[in-house]
Amino acid sequence: MTITAPPEFEQVVARYEPVIGLETHVELGTNTKMFCGCPTEFGAEPNTQVCPVCLGLPGSLPVANKAAIEATIRIGLALNCSIASWCRFARKNYFYPDMPKDYQISQYDEPLCVDGYLDVEVEGQTVRVGIERVHLEEDTGKTLHLGGATGRIHGATESLVDYNRAGIPLVEIVTKPVAGTGALAPEVARAYVTELRDIIRSLGVSDVRMEQGSLRCDVNTSLNRPGDDWGTRTETKNVNSLRSVERAVRSEMLRQASVLDAGGTITQETRHFQEDTGDTRSGRSKEEATDYRYFPDPDLVPLAPDPAWVEELKAAMPEPPRVHRERLREQWGISELDMQSVINAGAVELIEATVAAGASPDAARKWWLGELARRANETGAELAEVGATPAHVAELQRLVDEGKLTDKLARTVLEGVVAGEGSPAEVVAARGLEVVSDTGALTAAVDEAIAANPDVAQKVRDGKVAAAGALVGAVMKATRGQADAKTVRELILSRLGAV
Amino acid sequence: MSDVTRATAAELGRMIGAGEVSAEEVTRAHLDRIAAVDGQVHAFLHVDAEGAIAAARAVDSARARGEKLGPLAGVPIAIKDVIATKGVPTTCASKILEGWRPPYDATIMERINAAGMVMLGKTNMDEFAMGSSTEYSAYGPTRNPWDLGRIPGGSGGGSAAAVAAYEAPLAIGTDTGGSIRQPGAVTGTVGSKPTYGGTSRYGLVAFSSSLDTPGPVTRTVLDAALLHEVIGGHDPRDSTSIPAPLPAIVEAARLGATGDLSGVRIGLVREFAGEGAEPGVAAAVREAIEALVKLGAEVVEVSCPHFEYALPAYYLIAPSEASSNLARFDAVRYGLRVGDDGQHSLEEVMSLTREAGFGPEVKRRIMLGTYALSSGYYEAYYGQAQKVRTLITNDFKAAFEQVDVLVSPTTPFVAFPFGSRTSDPYQMYLADLYTIPTNLYGGPAISVPAGLSEGLPVGLQIMAPTMADDRMYRVAAALETVIPPLTPPALSGSNS
Repeated sequence: MTITAPPEFEQVVARYEPVIGLETHVELGTNTKMFCGCPTEFGAEPNTQVCPVCLGLPGSLPVANKAAIEATIRIGLALNCSIASWCRFARKNYFYPDMPKDYQISQYDEPLCVDGYLDVEVEGQTVRVGIERVHLEEDTGKTLHLGGATGRIHGATESLVDYNRAGIPLVEIVTKPVAGTGALAPEVARAYVTELRDIIRSLGVSDVRMEQGSLRCDVNTSLNRPGDDWGTRTETKNVNSLRSVERAVRSEMLRQASVLDAGGTITQETRHFQEDTGDTRSGRSKEEATDYRYFPDPDLVPLAPDPAWVEELKAAMPEPPRVHRERLREQWGISELDMQSVINAGAVELIEATVAAGASPDAARKWWLGELARRANETGAELAEVGATPAHVAELQRLVDEGKLTDKLARTVLEGVVAGEGSPAEVVAARGLEVVSDTGALTAAVDEAIAANPDVAQKVRDGKVAAAGALVGAVMKATRGQADAKTVRELILSRLGAV
Repeated sequence: MSDVTRATAAELGRMIGAGEVSAEEVTRAHLDRIAAVDGQVHAFLHVDAEGAIAAARAVDSARARGEKLGPLAGVPIAIKDVIATKGVPTTCASKILEGWRPPYDATIMERINAAGMVMLGKTNMDEFAMGSSTEYSAYGPTRNPWDLGRIPGGSGGGSAAAVAAYEAPLAIGTDTGGSIRQPGAVTGTVGSKPTYGGTSRYGLVAFSSSLDTPGPVTRTVLDAALLHEVIGGHDPRDSTSIPAPLPAIVEAARLGATGDLSGVRIGLVREFAGEGAEPGVAAAVREAIEALVKLGAEVVEVSCPHFEYALPAYYLIAPSEASSNLARFDAVRYGLRVGDDGQHSLEEVMSLTREAGFGPEVKRRIMLGTYALSSGYYEAYYGQAQKVRTLITNDFKAAFEQVDVLVSPTTPFVAFPFGSRTSDPYQMYLADLYTIPTNLYGGPAISVPAGLSEGLPVGLQIMAPTMADDRMYRVAAALETVIPPLTPPALSGSNS
């Protein structure tokens, strides 16, 4: 096999058609775990949110959490799925130390929701992503492997297990294969996960935070030549941000094309996305596929959601994010193109909340898409994690509107807010940044400037109004920029009788 | 004072309530009896003398304060070692759980404690309740008080032998394929398997989740009903627990004790007639049925054509569930750990631990079940067995349209000598030939003494529809008026 240079993406999509599929896991935000009454809070001391049931102690038994079943049905309804009138939990059997029972309670051939779809917008096109199934299962614990180079179990000298996460309800959402999107495949993948996240957030059933693992995504990718059957797919794990979803598909398409171009074949395997390099690396091969020996869990009774209850849930569904966004766009009076920038920046909810906190839509948009987006971009943070809240932004704008801050001062204040110095008012007070609006003090500064620059003052008196700029500059310097330039200019002109 | 170890639980409860004897005296008498005879019987894996005396004293204090006591308050009880008991070793007679002390009580233990009953200790069994002789206990077999050279039945041989040898008036057993009833039959005691879901499984270390049922082991039918009433009823911690009140079982036992069975229709399963009960067992059972007829019952023959597939279906379903239930014994969180020396990988430690910690019968069933559930075989084995299970359930339902209860021998043979069936698993499995169909159906069944064959006890099994446990208690109590509780020969080292 000859080594060829990595092909360009445009060349790849000219020669191959990609098929993608996504498996997404969402940790539900229920108060208690899936099969016991333990709390589910993130970040507690290891092994403090456990009981005989979620530790799988001999003799303990699971009891299904109704709130989790309800949340799953609502996700299924939001994804246009049919809700099973009867289904069961199944045991997925395999040995691993982070699974207290050495089997996971999941669903197999009888999922709770099946056969739905989700429409996503990519570059003005609507792509319909088919939903194969939505099912409910329990999460595993977390293992920490120490002493090895890779952080994986192989080579580790010691492994620590935290069972706090074990038993947290987990919803798995599996798409049907998505074909025919060509060069847009990476963006479709990202748009799908984004839309899914927004839908789930709108339902209020999970905080869907990829960085905390409450939304996890595996990406399946294959390539085939036009007219051929679909190719062998790989499954990419460790995809931990929306941006990574897109990058993972793109890099896997490039890698597979380079293998196929060289006459090689794609191995069906699990690959791991590398955040730093943006490529994927081979994990375990799926050739020796584990036999999970699924069978219906005899500890749990079948799930038979009452159709009347499902109808009730359906009737109480919130506005879908797409509809909601369209309504906001109209309220904010902006074009579809402008709205798309808002969506791409992940700023819809932030701007909405900022407007709700009192700012005008234009002002809210200006801050989030301007100063804050720039800052998020620099630090690689999500916009929502940038350090300023909608309430901060609204307060900042209010100070500007009240004339207490100039735009320039406001940006400095925002720096302080982002740096964690407190609310805008607190930053203003702490840094002494308020506009000098005390006219007495300003008049004194103006008089000083006039006295210090008699030639310039005379020019202004003679009608050369433009010459006032030098005096304004002097006053601004004297007040360390904390005066409003427009006010200063008016004051100078009036003192010199030029108005 | 007469020997309180010979009294029934109902009598003891009454005496303690009336102040004729203290709970502590009753407990000490049983602890003394255990000390005297358990060296020969080996019914117990762990005796909690301290805990028992403390519990008995608590009952005595409560009585002294004028509190009203329940009918079994202060009555001692032995618990099969498959039931989780807080702070008290629970091994399932396996090396893999040696030294494990559960941090919680099973639901039925909570109810036993709340009823003021006194736990004496944990009883021996076949490892993880897999077996019919207790020969598969990792801690040595229990011996049948009727003949110390013979098995006490299994898996709950320890509970049955403890009750038969007057070491405890009551015991808890668990029945997956006959583990309460068959030991009851071969030790001359009463073994009651309630309706599946009628007694909570929370805290019962699972063998086969869809079959496991805890229940009473006693010397009289009334005692069984009284204990059943303490432990039974809905438990929200067990999803398979039936959310309905228990039938009036104690009332039914009292009604049966009047000896009147007029209007009761009893069914004989035609398909059982040809199957290999020993002649002595068949004869004793025939006589017991004739006695029931004399009490007014009507006997009808019914057909249950799928019962012959019960044994093979059971030996696919139970091992399949067991293979999954027993996966958790992996050396990570509790119990035995072998090979943790820095030289072995995690996977090797798991394998070495399970290799060393499980006995031959447990390994056999884990392998059977793993195979039956594996991809490509699932439909042919597990799937097919589930269909058979449905057919057997339908057989029961059809039969119960014609009759109130079904009767049969509990087990085809009397207590057999040690070692006589361990070399051929199938010969051992045959011990549960008559008991297994009920487990697959989920209905209640009870084994009551039906006399002796060659000096060894024979049991009559009475089966009833699901949640009609009261019917079996009525018929069983009626038979007791004709065939009173059996007394085994005296054990050496004791005066009885």
